Amino acid sequence: MKQKHAADPLSAADRELLNLIQIDFPRTSRPFAELGRQLGLNEAEVLSRLKELKADGIIRRIGGIFASEKLGFVSTLVALQVEESVLEEVAAAVSSYDGVTHNYERRHKFNLWFTLVAASDEDLRRILNEVSRLPGVAALRNLPAVRLFKIGVNFDLSGGET
Amino acid sequence: MHLADLDKKIIAHLQGDLPLCRAPYAAVAKEAGISEEELLQKIADYLAAGILRRMGTILRHHLAGFTANAMCGWSVPPERVEEVGRLFAAFPQASHVYQRPTYPDWPYNILTMLHGRTDAELELTAREMSVSARISDYTLLHSMREFKKTSMNYFAG
Repeated sequence: MKQKHAADPLSAADRELLNLIQIDFPRTSRPFAELGRQLGLNEAEVLSRLKELKADGIIRRIGGIFASEKLGFVSTLVALQVEESVLEEVAAAVSSYDGVTHNYERRHKFNLWFTLVAASDEDLRRILNEVSRLPGVAALRNLPAVRLFKIGVNFDLSGGET
Repeated sequence: MHLADLDKKIIAHLQGDLPLCRAPYAAVAKEAGISEEELLQKIADYLAAGILRRMGTILRHHLAGFTANAMCGWSVPPERVEEVGRLFAAFPQASHVYQRPTYPDWPYNILTMLHGRTDAELELTAREMSVSARISDYTLLHSMREFKKTSMNYFAG
């Protein structure tokens, strides 16, 4: 059953399109025509749907997703225990680093979690050292990946069953 | 794979947003000062070398109906990490599954990012994973606020 309701503004056709381009955007001269062939739409229709989904903020970016470690970068996940009263200040200071790509408040003793990408181990250690000294930071736990089992933000948006 | 200056320039362009025009690769190639054919070949090379995970789309999931997410930490016996990691990776609700270090106050060696429409749905997913893997020691960390979410700029400027 495919229903459209307030909390779920995407049509079935949009979901099908998003499902398709999440994982593999065509690498051909006319990718939108290629997508159209798979969806039974023409090139102009695909482009106009994507422009709308982007204007609506549902699509953040279409492009290359790179493996930072293969580009010579180092990355890690960091858990912070921060005094509640200064959480926003600490979060803002953490977010101000270019290499911080995700930064979330989470419901836990470790209440601020961020991912950090840096050009070298030395850079990474320097930033962690600075963050650990921010006022209100009670503990910092560095959690670099030991092993990757899955990375892929592929959601079944095609609707129907959940 | 050695990355020459040209590669860094190409990567800097590809990590941006492909323009929504009929021939987006031709547009990117022009900016990078190469032909469309060369760019498509470079993309194929980067994929083969594992530098490029994929050409794809980053969605704002909360706008696509996935309003809730949580990190889930699992305390898994070392000899079962391999088996449990693979098992968790097969759950479509889990977008990221990693083995990571532990500390006395953080005993969870496998971390998964879970997505769903509500917090209750996330709790249900975690319970299903727990039963399926026979791992009862886990902690679910619901997201309260998103302070930053962006893509890394490699070789920018």
